[in-house]
Amino acid sequence: MSEQVKKTHGESPGWSPYLAGALLGLLAIISVYLTTTLMGKSNYLGASTTFVRAAGLLFQSVDPAHVAENAYYVKEKVKVDWQFMMIIGIFFGALISSLMDKSFKLEAIPPTWEKRFGSSIAKRAIFSFLGGIIAMIGARMADGCPSGHGLSGMMQLSMSSFIALAFFFGVGALVANMMYRKGQ
Amino acid sequence: MSIEQILGLVTGIFFGFLLQKGRVLRYDKQVGAMLFKDMTIFKFMLSAIIIGMFGILAMNDMGIIKLSHKAMNVGAILVGGSLFGIGWAVMGFCPGTSVGAIGEGRWHAAFGAIGMIVGAGLYAELFPFFKSTVLSWADFGKIGLPEALGINHWVIAMIFTIITLIMFRWFEKKGI
Repeated sequence: MSEQVKKTHGESPGWSPYLAGALLGLLAIISVYLTTTLMGKSNYLGASTTFVRAAGLLFQSVDPAHVAENAYYVKEKVKVDWQFMMIIGIFFGALISSLMDKSFKLEAIPPTWEKRFGSSIAKRAIFSFLGGIIAMIGARMADGCPSGHGLSGMMQLSMSSFIALAFFFGVGALVANMMYRKGQ
Repeated sequence: MSIEQILGLVTGIFFGFLLQKGRVLRYDKQVGAMLFKDMTIFKFMLSAIIIGMFGILAMNDMGIIKLSHKAMNVGAILVGGSLFGIGWAVMGFCPGTSVGAIGEGRWHAAFGAIGMIVGAGLYAELFPFFKSTVLSWADFGKIGLPEALGINHWVIAMIFTIITLIMFRWFEKKGI
């Protein structure tokens, strides 16, 4: 315990990741059961489709005709659905949890990044933004992210999810090690 | 709000709460795993997968729920998976955790989240192009590992659990 506290610089260490993860597994089971019985279809935890719907909703306010005609928006349906609300819920759940154990902290730049690439917020913002664009194009192409493929797909033993996660992490590890090579 | 939206919101609040308690909403934890220095996100994810897997497979056997596999489209998974890996390493968050990170005050994650909305919009515009190229290479459909390998799902679940427990022991031994 004291070692863990030291590692996080005095901040409360939170729960064991094994325990928090196991409870998330239970949430996934309950969630599939409830969506099946209450909504008539088995919904699994996921996140990236919501970003398509968010883009569609924003674009709709500028050019509704274009969104109505776009094959991908038609396919994914631009609406505030179950998953969209779940993503909003994630924000509030994290906020509540971090306020409860006082781990909430306004942070402009991640410590690991700052140590390696300096304290420029603009630099971090640009890389973060570009990384986000690439990541989401990839997630939509693969039809899932570490939630949809990583958690939900692997729980169901989906073949595509095992391979997708291997690529997510394998390529991620390769790029991260290139970025941080000199910093070590 | 419809029942569907309320259910989603409540599920999300618990989801976000657990992500935060597991301390996985951090750039440092996500990149830390990619650098093999801190495997917290794997301890969290794999624990969730093992517990969820047994419940979901059992409910599917009993006919209570339906599985929803994502297609094993070769180009989509290989190219899309690689692109996601690049973006994940540079951004340091995945879609779900970026939103949670903003919730716990790490507001720099918002730049990544905005990038992802832009990326989703770009994908929608490029969809016809991808459909006729990357997505058209080869598609094995919505298939599970048990059917693909011809092995009973409970056997695969047991093997997966044993491998995971060995990995957990190794993480703890190494202190990562």
